[in-house]
Amino acid sequence: MFVIETRGLTKRFGDTVAVDGIDLTSTEGEFLVLLGPSGCGKTTLLRLLAGLEEPSEGEIHIGGTLMNGLPPRTRKIAMVFQSYALYPHMTVHRNIAFPLRAEGIDKETQDQKVRWAAELLGIDRYLNRRPRQLSGGERQRVALARALVREPNVFLLDEPLSNLDAKLRAAARDDLLAFQRGIGTTTVYVTHDQVEAMGMGDRIAVMSEGRIRQLGTPEEVYADPADTFVATFIGSPPMNLLRDDGHIIGFRPENFRPASLIPADQHPTLFDFHVNRAEYLGSDRYLYGRVEGFDEHTKVIARVPVDATVLEGATHSFGVAATDLRLFDAATGLRIEGGRQ
Amino acid sequence: MSEQAVADAPEQPPPVRARRHLLDNERFLAFGAMTPAVVYILALVGFPFVLAVVLAFSDVTVGDPSLDLVGFDTLRQVVADPVFWQSLRNTLVFTLVSNGLVVVLATALALILTKNFRGKWLVRFLVLLPWTTPVSLATITWLWTLDSIFSPIDWVLRQVGLIESNVIWLGHPKLALASVIVVHTWRIVPLAAVIIMAGMISIPGEIRDASDIDGARFWRRTLEIEIPLMAPIIGVAVLFGVILTVTDMTVVYVLTRGGPTNATQVLSSWAYFKGIEGGDLAQGAGTALFLLPVLIAVAALILRFARRRDVL
Repeated sequence: MFVIETRGLTKRFGDTVAVDGIDLTSTEGEFLVLLGPSGCGKTTLLRLLAGLEEPSEGEIHIGGTLMNGLPPRTRKIAMVFQSYALYPHMTVHRNIAFPLRAEGIDKETQDQKVRWAAELLGIDRYLNRRPRQLSGGERQRVALARALVREPNVFLLDEPLSNLDAKLRAAARDDLLAFQRGIGTTTVYVTHDQVEAMGMGDRIAVMSEGRIRQLGTPEEVYADPADTFVATFIGSPPMNLLRDDGHIIGFRPENFRPASLIPADQHPTLFDFHVNRAEYLGSDRYLYGRVEGFDEHTKVIARVPVDATVLEGATHSFGVAATDLRLFDAATGLRIEGGRQ
Repeated sequence: MSEQAVADAPEQPPPVRARRHLLDNERFLAFGAMTPAVVYILALVGFPFVLAVVLAFSDVTVGDPSLDLVGFDTLRQVVADPVFWQSLRNTLVFTLVSNGLVVVLATALALILTKNFRGKWLVRFLVLLPWTTPVSLATITWLWTLDSIFSPIDWVLRQVGLIESNVIWLGHPKLALASVIVVHTWRIVPLAAVIIMAGMISIPGEIRDASDIDGARFWRRTLEIEIPLMAPIIGVAVLFGVILTVTDMTVVYVLTRGGPTNATQVLSSWAYFKGIEGGDLAQGAGTALFLLPVLIAVAALILRFARRRDVL
C-alpha cells in the first residue's frame, strides 16, 4: 500500500496559479476525492501527481519516494482519463496489453494478465473488438483494465464517470467502488459532482482557486464545513447563510424546521420565516422564502416533511437547534466556532 | 392548462407573418450556391477534358486543324513511340520515389514542428518557404544550383576534396532523374508536412498522455500510436503529392526539358512537347489522356483508404 504526499505543491501557467501550495497526505488504500468547481485546479493537481506536468514548486512523494522530475512511466501509477483515451486503432486486447508491451513483458505473461484484468472487469468477451464498437460503460472498463494490468501503486482517476448517462453512472459508481475496495490500491479521484464525491470518497478534499479548502470525511465536510465556500458547494440545496453583524449564520435546509417540531431541550434559535413558494418533491417539500429581520434579498430554503402544514405567502415560526447552527466570519468566510465537532 | 396558468403566462408577442424571402428559399439557395462552382468546373475542367478526349480520337495538328475523327489511330501512334514508354516509366519512378521521400520527410518534419522549442516559428516559416515560392522561379534557382560549371554544390564538394571535376548533375541520365526527383520532393514536402501536422495536432492530448502513463517512449509512441492514428491524414497528403507529381511538368521543363535523351521525360512533359511544341495536338491530347486512369485509380484508392481508417 502506498501513501501519496504533496508538500507546498504549486503549479503556475504564466501568471495563473493553477495549484497553490497544496499539502495533502493520503492514507494507505484510501479512496481520496478531489472535489471542486471547474477551474479549481483539481485536474492539474492530478496531472502533477501523474507526472504529466512538472510542479513550479513543492514536492510529490509516492510511497515515500520523491517523484519530482521523474517521467510518468517510472512512477508506477495508472491513470484513467475523462475521455478514457483508449487507442482507437487497437483492439481491446492490444489496448490493455499496451502498458505491458511497453515494459517489455513476454507475450505469454501479457496475455495472461490481459485475460485476468478483462475477466475481473467483465469485458473478456470484447477482447477482439475495437473501442468504437463498445458502449461508454464498456469503454470505461477497458480503461480501468488497462490501468489495472500493470498493478500500479496508485490509481489516478479524472472524472471517469462524466461521459456516462445518469442511469449508467450510478451503476458504474458501485462497480468502481467495489473494484477499488477489492484491490485496495490508493486512489485519487477527481470530480466536480458532489453526489459522486459524497458517495464514493473515504475523504474529500474540497478545492477552490488552487487551494484545498477542507479535507475530511463526507460527514465532516457536509456537517462541519470549514468555510462558506464549502458550506455552499456541498449539499443540494446548499447551506443557508444569513449575514448578522460581523458573522454569517449557517444552517442546512433540513435543520430549518417549524418551531413546533423542535423539542425545547435542543435550545432552538427561532426565526420568522416568510414562505414565498413551496415545492413538492414526493418525499419532502422545499420551502423558498426569506427570514424577517435579515437582508430581504437573502433567500432561505427549508426542507420539511410533506405532512408539515405550511402556507405559501404566510410567515411561520421556524427554528434551528443549537447544535445545527454554524458561525462563519463575515470578512474571511472561515468557520469561527465549533458547535458540534 | 388551467385558466389560472393561462392568465399567468407572459403575453405572447403577435405572430410574425411568415415572409417568403427569396434568400430563405432553400431550393433557390442550393441552386444559387452551387451554380458558380458548376460553371467553373464545366468551363475549366469539363470542357478541356471533353476536348482532349475528342482530340485524342482525331488527327488534328497545328498545320491541319480540321477535326477528322480517326478512331484509335492516334492512340496507336502514341503507344508505338518508345519515348512514350520511357516517359511512362519515368513518371512512375518520379512519382513513387519522390512521394516515398515526401511521406518520410514530411512525417519527420511534422513530428519535429509539433514539439516546443525556441525559434519554432522561424523554422516553420523556413519550412513553408519552398511552397510559397512560384514553382518556376524556385526551379530556376535549382537550375543555377545544379549548373554544370558554376554549381555551388560541386564547388563545396571540390573544396572538401570529394570530387575532382564537376559532376554535371543535369547531363547524366541517372543523375538528372535523381535531381528532378530531389527538387520535386523539396517542393512537395512543406505541403505534406503541414497536412500531416494538422493531423498530428488533431490527435487528442489525452491519448498522448495515456501513452506517456503507459510507459511508451518516443519510438513506440510514434510508430504504434501517432502514425497509425494519422494514417488517414497521411493518405490525404499522399493523394495530393501523387496528383501534384503525376501532373507536374514545370520542374522537368525548367531543369532538363526532358533530357538528356528523354531520360527525365515524363508523360505531362512529353504531351506538352508533342502537342504544343511539336504541333501534333491529337497525339499530345492522346498522351495526356493516359494520365487519367492513373489519377482516377489513385484518388479512388486513397479516398477509400481514408474512409476505412476513419477510426476516431
